Amino acid sequence: MRFFSLPDYQLIMLNWFHRLGAPRSFYEISGRLLPVLWVLSGLSILTGVIWSLGFVPEDYQQGNSVRIMYIHVPAAIVAQSGYAMMAVAGAVFLIWRIKIADVALQCAAPIGASITFLALVTGAIWGKPTWGTWWVWDARLTSTLVLLFLYLGIIALRSAMENRESAGRATAMLALVGVVNLPIIKYSVDWWFTLHQPSSFSLGEKPAMPAEMWIPLLVMVLGYYLFFFTLWATRMRVEILNREFRTDWVQRLVVGS
Amino acid sequence: MKFGPMKPQRRNRLLLVLFVVLAAASAVGLALSALNENMNLFYSPGQITAGEAPTGVVIRAGGMVVAGSVLRATESLRVDFVISDLQGADVNVSFTGILPDLFREGQGVIARGILGRDGNFVAEEVLAKHDETYMPPELVDVLPDSHNDPETFKGGTRQ
Repeated sequence: MRFFSLPDYQLIMLNWFHRLGAPRSFYEISGRLLPVLWVLSGLSILTGVIWSLGFVPEDYQQGNSVRIMYIHVPAAIVAQSGYAMMAVAGAVFLIWRIKIADVALQCAAPIGASITFLALVTGAIWGKPTWGTWWVWDARLTSTLVLLFLYLGIIALRSAMENRESAGRATAMLALVGVVNLPIIKYSVDWWFTLHQPSSFSLGEKPAMPAEMWIPLLVMVLGYYLFFFTLWATRMRVEILNREFRTDWVQRLVVGS
Repeated sequence: MKFGPMKPQRRNRLLLVLFVVLAAASAVGLALSALNENMNLFYSPGQITAGEAPTGVVIRAGGMVVAGSVLRATESLRVDFVISDLQGADVNVSFTGILPDLFREGQGVIARGILGRDGNFVAEEVLAKHDETYMPPELVDVLPDSHNDPETFKGGTRQ
């Protein structure tokens, strides 16, 4: 009975992870959380969009095109941290063989790919009026394109392999190798001469824009994150039902008790 | 789930995962450091005046447009200006065409074109490179001149 030696909070945490790790508990807990997530992500994105498109002041150089930033920057942030979370799920699956981690990896890839695509498209739309070009092969843009290809590669690899277990291991490995790209994206604007401007935010420094411009950006980033988690959990629930359709609890759920 | 030492099998898998990540990171790191020069989108004025940029082939040159250096031709779309790293290196650029909206004196530009043997740069395309600073127009007069960051176009990589 070694558990008695653990402090309470550890027991609670352990219990929580254990429950979330089981497909059925994840299904039930996420089912209760999802309505809240949908409302919160909808509210923050709506607030952020109205605020940034309608009320944020124009930029002294760019005029109204600066508003594209409020769609572009959160997309780029979530595209990268979504990849990091997906890779962590891959590592958990490789080491502990927890099934739900594989479900998480598989379900994050299409969302991440869509958000990366959004970041690239809005970046191009922003680049045309400000820089004078849709696309340039500089380090930041190219490494973000590589991020899109990594997401697409994971989707393709998954669907190319019949066996779920080996497909899970292969995609987790690919996701882990692709982690190398994340610091390259982040530091590309510092390591090399690029057309892309450096980051406006860094830890411990004042943002390079006034509060009336960065607070709505923060709201949008929050909204994108919430939306990402909402979609992720929704996809995972569908995938869990797909994989567990033979079990009693799913059959009872479908038939209705 | 048990606490205490990891099972040998899991520990081996953890080591494998760490090895894969480290191997990929070092391979990419080596490749990038070998490519370092080619990873740059443009040559800085310092590199051009030091003779590090090739002449006669299409390259990109980037720098700050020197205030007061822009000369527009009256009969054509030709524009002449000087780009600088604000560290003493200047390059003359000539361009015929329509400049991007954000082209102004004191702002960064990246010009694609050919460096002549005389050290003058003939651009086919001029892109505006803006910085990470955003502010409403009414703040510009209040704040100190923060947007001309000479760091951007200094020679070598920025750390």
